[in-house]
Amino acid sequence: MAAVKETVDHVLSIDVDKYKYGFVSDIESDVAPKGLDESTVRFISAKKDEPEWLTEWRLEALRRWRTMDEPTWARVDYPPIDFQDLHYYSAPKKTAGPKSLDEVDPALLETYKKLGIPLKEQEILAGVEKGDRLVAVDAVFDSVSVVTTFKAELAKHGVIFCPISEAVKTHPELVKKYLGSVVPVSDNFYATLNSAVFSDGSFVYVPKGVRCPMELSTYFRINEKNTGQFERTLIIADEGAYVSYLEGCTAPSRDENQLHAAVVELIALDDAEIKYSTVQNWYPGDSEGKGGVFNFVTKRGDCRGKNSKISWTQVETGSAITWKYPSCILRGDNSRGEFYSIAISNGRQQVDSGTKMIHLGKNTSSKIISKGISAGRSSNTYRGLVSIGRKASGARNFTNCDSLLIGNKCGAHTVPYIESKNASAIVEHEATTSKISDDQMFYCLQRGLPQEEAIALIVNGFVKDVLQQLPMEFMVETQKLIGISLEGSVG
Amino acid sequence: MLEIKNLHARIGDREILKGLSLTVKPGEVHAIMGPNGAGKSTLSYILAGKDDYEITEGEVLLNGQSILDLTPNERSVAGLFLAFQYPIEIPGVATMTFLKAALNSHRKAKGQDELTTPEFMKLVKGVAERLNITSDMLKRPVNVGFSGGEKKRAEIMQMALLQPSICILDETDSGLDIDALKVVSEGVNALRSPDRAFVVITHYQRLLDHIVPDIVHVLSDGRIVRTGGPELALDLEKNGYAAYVADAAA
Repeated sequence: MAAVKETVDHVLSIDVDKYKYGFVSDIESDVAPKGLDESTVRFISAKKDEPEWLTEWRLEALRRWRTMDEPTWARVDYPPIDFQDLHYYSAPKKTAGPKSLDEVDPALLETYKKLGIPLKEQEILAGVEKGDRLVAVDAVFDSVSVVTTFKAELAKHGVIFCPISEAVKTHPELVKKYLGSVVPVSDNFYATLNSAVFSDGSFVYVPKGVRCPMELSTYFRINEKNTGQFERTLIIADEGAYVSYLEGCTAPSRDENQLHAAVVELIALDDAEIKYSTVQNWYPGDSEGKGGVFNFVTKRGDCRGKNSKISWTQVETGSAITWKYPSCILRGDNSRGEFYSIAISNGRQQVDSGTKMIHLGKNTSSKIISKGISAGRSSNTYRGLVSIGRKASGARNFTNCDSLLIGNKCGAHTVPYIESKNASAIVEHEATTSKISDDQMFYCLQRGLPQEEAIALIVNGFVKDVLQQLPMEFMVETQKLIGISLEGSVG
Repeated sequence: MLEIKNLHARIGDREILKGLSLTVKPGEVHAIMGPNGAGKSTLSYILAGKDDYEITEGEVLLNGQSILDLTPNERSVAGLFLAFQYPIEIPGVATMTFLKAALNSHRKAKGQDELTTPEFMKLVKGVAERLNITSDMLKRPVNVGFSGGEKKRAEIMQMALLQPSICILDETDSGLDIDALKVVSEGVNALRSPDRAFVVITHYQRLLDHIVPDIVHVLSDGRIVRTGGPELALDLEKNGYAAYVADAAA
């Protein structure tokens, strides 16, 4: 319980100055020169001491990327990004790799402490169980994974959970087999950029028939000024395996926009299940829309085997711009995809997010529950595709998209695409748009709730269906986060 | 306890209250009766601070303090409770959660610590039982799918939890069958105390058989046109409002 308690306390301590994460810790870093060309890619690859095949893989991505254009179809608006004016690599300097927390730069640990990341938690580190579950944290500081805890416990079950840079060395056959197999090198502009310059990320492999004994969790944090962060995550659940992965993030505030273009690939083989949960509260920019993270992410899961299941749950409250469509390819027969989303935009944030459910196998099913909340002068778009392939007989989809508006200067848009090439498919789409009514507000206020608490309460009710999908640790944190994200949304 | 002095209020360019005065002392139960459109519900909303109305003249004092500049939640924690004629639905928010948030807001405003969950549960259970409110109902979202009787019972439950000093009941009898009316009235009567007062707004005498008022007022055309004892309500029931409305117009 202590981890949950600490999280709760931490979140409680986040008061009205909304974004306390606006600090930059000064750890000497190893920064690649600005700009992107072959030498940058070789620099990154060399830094990571990568094998030749991966360097070539990156270079191929770079070549493809140069021929591609930035997508413009999303309902987001931002000044052009000068991709030659960014650093593509930065890593905290280190001597030898840290073997334990004692060897980690204290300034780094201090940063984690400020963030309330439970890495420092003695109980967790000492292996105290929370009920019958444990939490393992693979902390990503800027680009390099610094500490991986619990590796031993996981190893006992044959679960591999490590930085992807390490997996390249220790399990090259797995990485080589699966990397880019869900999101191909030239999938889209940002994914291709990521393929060329990805710095680090998590690698998870759960062997046949193993139920991962704990929730795996990674905390990402962007720290180096002007450094794009290019995470690469690869999760494989072998036949009959199960894994739940949590990802939560914060970033320090500053004026320059920060580019974040991650790629996450999930692969579920026969009868396997992957549950991937995200809480994203990166710096959203100030009330004038200055600063904030540009979040251009490609997340995709492949239900490759029969009876497999992939479930995405996301809580998106941060970033100036969010461009993100966690998707499922339902390839195996009887496979199942789920997408649960809470997207909150306030101030001048722009969100264009949703999912794609690609039904290829027989009797595949998918469920989409999306709750968009827009406040301030923000814009919040749900964009989703449900595609039923020719051979996907008996496919089923249920989609529910609800939008809630707070105030009268924000916008909510729903853009569902439905394509069916199989007459036996059943596709349902429900959508609502509503406002918090004056009557609801008055009722809450009459009972003594201050205005912002009343809004948080009503919004938490609105998103309840999705909240329930989150692991317990995240649920409590998220309820608080929703309140924090909506501060100053009225009056 | 509650003093309303020469209150004038309008919505848009329509004047609804035209110089209403009323004094309620601790321990008293006042009934306000009147025809449709007399301004009964408006009065309750204005007292609770709904911002659709413009106060053009007069003042309202609660325990000697002017409340017209207070926000609705400040009035709530100052001890004013309004039982709604039509309680509002809040989807997805469990009644229990709502009660806890409300109670803790009050405690916070008074500088008290929040109740622990066991303390809170014990408190709610006691109050809920007296009003025939099941634990299943407490888990359901606020007022969503509640019957008319359940909604009104839930209002009285909130009132009992928040321990206000002045309770305004806006047409609490509407939508109630006779059994529900009894339960609700008993709930209200149980809260009667020397340091708490009630303003019961109603259309019909029948509520006043169960919640017996000390003083009855007739509200017509934005003013109190007659004040008397409980017998006034019986007279209204028999003879209707016509005579009083005519008085007001004269």
